[in-house]
Amino acid sequence: MKFIPMMIWMAWLSLKRDWVALMLTFALPIVFFSIFVGIFGGVMTGGGDGTNSVKVAVVDDDQSESSKRFIAALMGEGGLRVRNAPADRADKPYSRAEVETQIKDGNASVGLVIPKGFGETFPSFNFGGGDEDQAGTIELLTDKQRDPVGHQMVAGLMQKAAMMGAPDLMIERGLEQFDKFAGGMTQQQRAAMDRFLPMLRAQTSTTQPATQPSGGTGQTASGAGFGGLVKIKVVSVQGDHESDWAAFVSFQVAQTAVMFLLFSMAGAAGSLLEEQENGTLERVLSSNVGMTGLLMGKWFIIALIGVLQLAIMFLWAWMVFGLKLFTAHHLAGFLIMTIVTAAAGSAFGMLLATACRTRGQLAGISTIVILMMSALGGSMFPRFMMSDTLQTIGLGTFNGWALDGYRKVFYDQLPLWQLWPQVLVLVGLTILFMFIARQLARRWESM
Amino acid sequence: MSTVLAVTGARKIFGGNQALNGAAVSLHDREWLALLGPNGAGKTTLIRAVSGRVRLDQGEVSLLGHNLANANEAVEARRQLGIVPQDLALYPLLTAHENLLAFGTLHGVAKKDLRDRAKWALDWTGLGDRAKSLTKTFSGGMKRRLNIACAVLHQPRVVLLDEPTVGVDPQSRERIWTMLGELRSQGAALLLTTHQLDEAQQVCDRITIIDHGKTIADGTMDQLVATTIGRGRRVTLILDRPISNGLASGGRAAGDGKSIAFSVEDVARELPPLIKRFADAGCRVEDVQIERPSLHAVFIHLTGRELRES
Repeated sequence: MKFIPMMIWMAWLSLKRDWVALMLTFALPIVFFSIFVGIFGGVMTGGGDGTNSVKVAVVDDDQSESSKRFIAALMGEGGLRVRNAPADRADKPYSRAEVETQIKDGNASVGLVIPKGFGETFPSFNFGGGDEDQAGTIELLTDKQRDPVGHQMVAGLMQKAAMMGAPDLMIERGLEQFDKFAGGMTQQQRAAMDRFLPMLRAQTSTTQPATQPSGGTGQTASGAGFGGLVKIKVVSVQGDHESDWAAFVSFQVAQTAVMFLLFSMAGAAGSLLEEQENGTLERVLSSNVGMTGLLMGKWFIIALIGVLQLAIMFLWAWMVFGLKLFTAHHLAGFLIMTIVTAAAGSAFGMLLATACRTRGQLAGISTIVILMMSALGGSMFPRFMMSDTLQTIGLGTFNGWALDGYRKVFYDQLPLWQLWPQVLVLVGLTILFMFIARQLARRWESM
Repeated sequence: MSTVLAVTGARKIFGGNQALNGAAVSLHDREWLALLGPNGAGKTTLIRAVSGRVRLDQGEVSLLGHNLANANEAVEARRQLGIVPQDLALYPLLTAHENLLAFGTLHGVAKKDLRDRAKWALDWTGLGDRAKSLTKTFSGGMKRRLNIACAVLHQPRVVLLDEPTVGVDPQSRERIWTMLGELRSQGAALLLTTHQLDEAQQVCDRITIIDHGKTIADGTMDQLVATTIGRGRRVTLILDRPISNGLASGGRAAGDGKSIAFSVEDVARELPPLIKRFADAGCRVEDVQIERPSLHAVFIHLTGRELRES
């Protein structure tokens, strides 16, 4: 027992002097906890700062008092960020085509098209659900693959907004239904209601927009026993992709492949440290190879391994999960993205290897860095479901750009020239990482 | 004899530590030079300066007439340089043959010659039967031999060997000395550091001793002996019984008092009277040992330290 204090003291000294172990033990859990609270907290709670609320683009073809009040009520929902015009030209409302583009580009999760005649039927009691194409039905445009939750949340909040935003209209419409099916009210009752409704309207107009936190249940109006106060028809705007399954596979394979690419690149780049530990680095540098040649040679072979790794992952996805790989567009896009991604991944590995002193240190640091980059960059959880702040931070990661590129190829089916931002950034990162690695490698050169 | 390597006025400070303080070394064509010094004397730093791994603060290194401070000249000159580092520098997950191919390529051996050179190296090192074995499975001696072979595949004219026999058993050491002898006979000039003074004394043409970063002696064994401890022989008489102090006059008693050591200039003239002196005193001389002056004695004389002391 008397040795225990000594053992504790020795263990503490060892831990204190190994800062990688220290970070892994104490700092990494805190960092990961914070990142995942940032990611999942926003999704679960609707977000504390509002930056992760669902983005909704609205087209108001009705331009009626009812539609304007309905939109105003939606704008008051804390869980939604509603826009009816681009931020830079507020005087020019969205068209339907523009809203579709916003969704396809990921700038909006949901689009609403309020049709002409909406005001005449709003609010609708729509018992029994019924025909989605009846007059006054709002089209809810969405891309379910990109955001499988947003449209359900918006549908629920639309019912709430209808209830909160136009109680007077709801009573009026209710009375019409009462007159129709129950024989109507007495003169006295009618007079009382005529006095009450203007008061309610005045009160409603002074309390709009409502700012209660959202509590949408995700229940869509259509198809339910009670169709809801607003009639909704859900329309998919992402008609180009083959199927939801194929889209899902394309997301998953890219997310997983890019994360594991980074791990394998960092591991392979560790051969540089292995050379140092073997003593072969000294011998190689004593020849006329030189450090630049050594780094470039290693970068090239590691990038080649990366290309093979990504190719095998995507081929597996094609063979087993039906990924549409062998079309001219997909294959060309895959090659472009895979080459630039592997090149940048290899350079990132070289950077980590030259920054570390031992392979043990490299293993520790690369695990920390890659897991954080993967969490923020979308390899663990899609970036488009994160808050704006985290999405912006995600753009500072290697994963974010690589995954955006693969998404453009396999999911958005965008023309290949639209990959230029991703290609440019990844090539730029390759050059930057290699430049820094070269500077760090000076410590191995002549002293 | 032309000079193939010349280091003059080499100075280097690492942090506050003066590793080299004006050291000078020269190596002649086809010569075998031992560079000796206690641990920390600056031997490895000097070798690394020649190989380009250490930049001197002052001084000059000339290799085959090329000034190594000039980058272009250095590239050309180092094609003729082979370096055997003190630490084993092999790829453990490659076979002996693959290691040879890798380092041959790095040292610029032409592709058409590479396989022939690798075969020569495997024969030379006696590793032909282990050519396809991973080097991580090799014994220390086998690794040492392969380590040397990897440095000379490109047939350099100058070979620097930093402790080529450190940590190997006597048989492997013998094999390595034989290998180096063959290399020299093929025309290479060798500069080696070693802690095996007796072997250095036997095989090297010339010896340079450095201490505290300075060259303190340089010359052939005979020259070093003549300028330090003198040419006298050490004669030790082993007697059948301990003797009195009076009899030991002029000598130094050792061990149990039955061994008396004398330093004599002329063994043939001075030994018989010594034996007679003890016989007259009733002692029988059981054995006589005559030793030439050793490098070890010279080294101690010059540095005041054993080779492994720092």
